[in-house]
Amino acid sequence: MTAEAPVQTAEAKAAYDTRWKRVMDCVELRQPDRMPVAMLATFWLAKYGNISHRQLMYDYEKTAEIATRAVLEFEPDIHAPFILAIATGNALEAMDFKQLQWPGHGVGEDHPYQYLDREYMKADEYDEFLFDPTGFYLQKYLPRVAGCFEGIDELPMWPGLHYFRLVGAMRAFAKPSVKAAFEKLVKAGEEAERLANHHAAFTAKMAALGHPGSYVSTAVSPYDYIADYFRGARGMMTDLFRNKDKLLQLLDKARQFLTKMTINASRASGNPVVFIPIHWAPDAFMSDKQFREFWWPPFRQMLVDLIEAGVIPMPLWEADCTKRLEIIKDIPPGKCIYWFERTDMVKAFEVLGDVVALRGNLSPSMMTTGTPQEVDAAVKHLVDNVWNKGGKLILDCAFGIPDETPIENVRAMFGAARKYAG
Amino acid sequence: MTDMNDEERQLVDSLAEMREDEALPLANKMLLVDNKDPIRVLELCRTAMDLVGKRFEEGEYFLPELVLAGEMLETIGAIAKPLIKSKPGEEPKKLGKVLIGTVHGDLHDIGKNIVTFMLDINGFEVKDIGIDVPVQTFIEEIAKFQPDVVGLSGFLTLAFDSMKETIDAIAAAGLRDKVKIMIGGGQIDETVRNYTGADAFGVNAVEAVALSKAWMGVAA
Repeated sequence: MTAEAPVQTAEAKAAYDTRWKRVMDCVELRQPDRMPVAMLATFWLAKYGNISHRQLMYDYEKTAEIATRAVLEFEPDIHAPFILAIATGNALEAMDFKQLQWPGHGVGEDHPYQYLDREYMKADEYDEFLFDPTGFYLQKYLPRVAGCFEGIDELPMWPGLHYFRLVGAMRAFAKPSVKAAFEKLVKAGEEAERLANHHAAFTAKMAALGHPGSYVSTAVSPYDYIADYFRGARGMMTDLFRNKDKLLQLLDKARQFLTKMTINASRASGNPVVFIPIHWAPDAFMSDKQFREFWWPPFRQMLVDLIEAGVIPMPLWEADCTKRLEIIKDIPPGKCIYWFERTDMVKAFEVLGDVVALRGNLSPSMMTTGTPQEVDAAVKHLVDNVWNKGGKLILDCAFGIPDETPIENVRAMFGAARKYAG
Repeated sequence: MTDMNDEERQLVDSLAEMREDEALPLANKMLLVDNKDPIRVLELCRTAMDLVGKRFEEGEYFLPELVLAGEMLETIGAIAKPLIKSKPGEEPKKLGKVLIGTVHGDLHDIGKNIVTFMLDINGFEVKDIGIDVPVQTFIEEIAKFQPDVVGLSGFLTLAFDSMKETIDAIAAAGLRDKVKIMIGGGQIDETVRNYTGADAFGVNAVEAVALSKAWMGVAA
């Protein structure tokens, strides 16, 4: 990695600005000069670069080289922060991260990483989390999700300590288990810093070559935060009945700190777009009544607050959210990108066309098992029925390029976009 | 079930309407204080689950209700089942046997568990062989369990190939004609069904039950 930032030529700056404007025109519901195409890929890059999934996660330089090659070949208008999103193996290992299994670490060397749905917070711990979120993190949550935090739970509860009591409390830092934790944390921190530096170098290099990033920071909806990362699927679904009031309180509390965290992260990253993968909104997952009561209100407020702070939220509505379209339409127009996975894009355009930019959504089954001709036809379908009718569409696959996609199908996707929409 | 007294109807209603705080103490009282026939209590539970399943099919109930209903049934079953002094042959006849598992490489199980629960409450004998199931394990389990239907689950796109390999191997082992195969999961559609050679796909647990019933010649 070179210490010096690469120089952006005037020509590259013009290309960069043109690409970014294309996307921002969509966000602001203006007509861009042509349909932008986005590129997000995770383990597809291993196929493209002919290396193992494990190597892609562990080898910073190799992954950067392959990602660079892909961006230069396909010339997307915006690309994902590939290094930050994929080359996390060393950092995860240094943390002894427990919520994920990744290539060579719980799953095969050529398998994708997979999240472990577990109960990371027990049903009777709502009060503790609500009373003191930071204390709950230090005492309970962090040691459960990453081994590097084991020992941190032996630190005292800080609120209440004062004056000479603080002197006594300092003894905790002399405990061997606490010292060991700090040593592991420093090492994990150094590795995370290396990852961040490689990400920054890749982003700077891409910018110098005229290619803007789609987003850098990510966020989560309050409901998904509690469901996925604390209570687990089963716990969360039963909490809707068994712990309803406390869940509603925690959703509101989480909304507040998630909003602050997201605004700070977006400002620090220098990219206003924040990627928000949405897991629990699909039509099949809860009733309209439950969606309106639990899921949408805290997320809507979060979107409004993010927008007011200058953030451009980009939720990826996973699975089919057709029945939610009328509800999620209720946001300030011209401020967001709604990325849909399996929701019919034509229907989404009909309902949301005058409110948000759209992103997506070539089908994973077609991308992986179909022919380039089928990909071409699928792109044409979106161009004819969304883009040509005034839809501010950023073309992408349903959830980025599926890992198994033949390279000729990706070429067909980008080729068709240029052929049919500029 | 029409011949219910008030207390029995209260148990069915409280279970079907997710009033857990009412249903569980009542079931406890019936089983442990009143010494009510545990088979009768389980029949009442099944009646309630039929209502839950029906409301799910009609779009009134969703996954949270199925999960809570499943937990309530499990809790009552754990108390009732040891109290049953069953005689062989008294168990109700099952509609058919379904073997289900998540294909190799994939660790997801939420959808599979819901399908298993729905098949079970709809009268199927279901054997769930877990997640990340190797091709060979499916073959061995089919030979041993002799299911009528095999359900392959998978959430990731890698499952397309895992499902295809599993179905190809079932055919190579000479077992393909003995079973109907259905596939399901977040990314599954007709394109994937065609690619894998499965008999059908379903987008939710209701469809899995409907497919299984149709294959067993039972009205849905």
